Amino acid sequence: MNPTTAAVRAGLRRGLIELRNTFTNGQDLWNYFFPTVVLLVTMFFMRGSTVPGTTFSLGARTLPSALGMGLAFGGMLMLASQLVVEREDGTLLRVKATPNGMLGYLIGKIVLLSTVAMLSMLLQLLPAIFFLDGLELARPGAWLGLLAVALLGLVATLPIGAVIGSLIENPRNLGLVMLPTMGLIALSGIFYPINGYPGWLQAIAQVFPIYWLGLGMRSALLPDDLAAVELGGSWRHLETVGVLGAWAVLGLVLAPVVLRRMARRESGSRMAARRERAIQRVG
Amino acid sequence: MTAVELAGVAETPHPPGKDLVLDVRDLRMRYGSTDVLHGVDFTARRGEVLALLGPNGAGKTTTIEILEGFRMRSAGEVSVLGVDPGRGDERWRARLGVVLQSWRDHGKWKVRDLLDHLGIFYRAYATERIPRPWPVDELLDAVGLTPHADKRVHQLSGGQRRRLDVAVGIVGRPELLFLDEPTVGFDPAARREFHELVHRLADLDETTILLTTHDLDEAEKLADRILILAGGRIIADGSPDELARRVAGDAEIRWTRGGERFVHATADATGFVRELLTQHGDEVQELEVRRASLEDAYMALVYEQESGARAGAAARVWQQGSEA
Repeated sequence: MNPTTAAVRAGLRRGLIELRNTFTNGQDLWNYFFPTVVLLVTMFFMRGSTVPGTTFSLGARTLPSALGMGLAFGGMLMLASQLVVEREDGTLLRVKATPNGMLGYLIGKIVLLSTVAMLSMLLQLLPAIFFLDGLELARPGAWLGLLAVALLGLVATLPIGAVIGSLIENPRNLGLVMLPTMGLIALSGIFYPINGYPGWLQAIAQVFPIYWLGLGMRSALLPDDLAAVELGGSWRHLETVGVLGAWAVLGLVLAPVVLRRMARRESGSRMAARRERAIQRVG
Repeated sequence: MTAVELAGVAETPHPPGKDLVLDVRDLRMRYGSTDVLHGVDFTARRGEVLALLGPNGAGKTTTIEILEGFRMRSAGEVSVLGVDPGRGDERWRARLGVVLQSWRDHGKWKVRDLLDHLGIFYRAYATERIPRPWPVDELLDAVGLTPHADKRVHQLSGGQRRRLDVAVGIVGRPELLFLDEPTVGFDPAARREFHELVHRLADLDETTILLTTHDLDEAEKLADRILILAGGRIIADGSPDELARRVAGDAEIRWTRGGERFVHATADATGFVRELLTQHGDEVQELEVRRASLEDAYMALVYEQESGARAGAAARVWQQGSEA
């Protein structure tokens, strides 16, 4: 077998093993379920409120938006934090010492994080169906749209996550990314429409993928009438594909360069130095 | 130890031929304005076990990382398995094994899964002479991890974890293996088993091994040849026996006669003892001959280098001696 093919296969297998490992780990399971439960409880209490200007349930509007947010989180921040943590614990150095190991590692991460993101989506969507009214899941295009937005979202966010993860050396600095992301969520109309925001805030929100992922999910799962309360009064499918596509291209161009640079600089003594710092942090 | 072969090495510092696995000439490394390596020279042939000794900060890790291809050198010629490590491709990488110091990666993985998974990457690089990877069950057995095969990596003890590191290092049946302080945290039994494994790799599989250690006893047991790196240079290169003999030539002889204790230092211990026994026969009791140990040699060489460096003239007495 060709070494690259072998590495791709090994990477797929790596993803499956990591999935099994993560779904049999109590801590990880807690990390998946807890935010889902919080989100579902939030939406449960929002189900009585309505989207301004309509009689539509605000909870039912929030659900698809939150699915979009979850994708951005799962794709970007989870990959970034795994890269940072696994650089510190030596996984990446081990992988670097293995022929074609980096290729296998990345494929494994893509398999792991895409699957976790998809399963998390189902985990939020399925229970919500029982207490939220107005989601159009019976429409044939709904699931197809959901899948399309999810795939586009992963392609747009995973490479950016790889870039962020490669640039951050110290796990402590992950907070520097988390905080602005939280702010961006508030801007991106996940929990409440942003029609009332000043134009420049709306403009900022529309630069980043979170807004568009939320919008894309809403367009897939909500009745078409609700497009009227979006910015521009439409689902703006073209713009959604355009912005997410632009992020995907940017990420796919940058990620290999940044990843390669990060991998090249990785060595035992750099790890030892990082460990020293970690010990000093604790001590 | 294979003293006959080593004599040959000492005469020709750079023997030609395809058996040369490591060939390092005038290797230099500079960080900013600090020189860490000032021209390191050494070679290793197939199946040889080399121990790289030296005080902390002497440049051991830097040297090994350059050879592993993890770090670019400032100057000098380096050939590892016939390839410049700065330009090594994946095929070259597949022929190397690397065991670094205490990693804590893949904690959630089962031992068997990890070895099986990493082995797959080497399958495409199998040759007629070297089947790759090492079958997992045999490998687990070789490092004594069979009873722990289904444990998660984070459940292993320190010594077991270290043995897993070694197993990962050799899963691709490397032609050249780098071991950085391999037995830290081993109990005496695990240490002995590890030494047997190293001998097996070197003798049966002709694996060339470059190891660093601070345990001189271990270096003496494992290495065919010892390199001492101090002040950014190789200040000694030879078998443990040669080093001990060359540096501190005198052996110490102790005995008692008529209740009195004697000590004598001489280069010709056997001759002296023969003479002593001929002269005094049964009167000689509690006879003890203590050769200069590797530790004596190491301390003397490093001290010599350090004091020489302080005096502004690097004392290269040993190298002159070996090249003469």
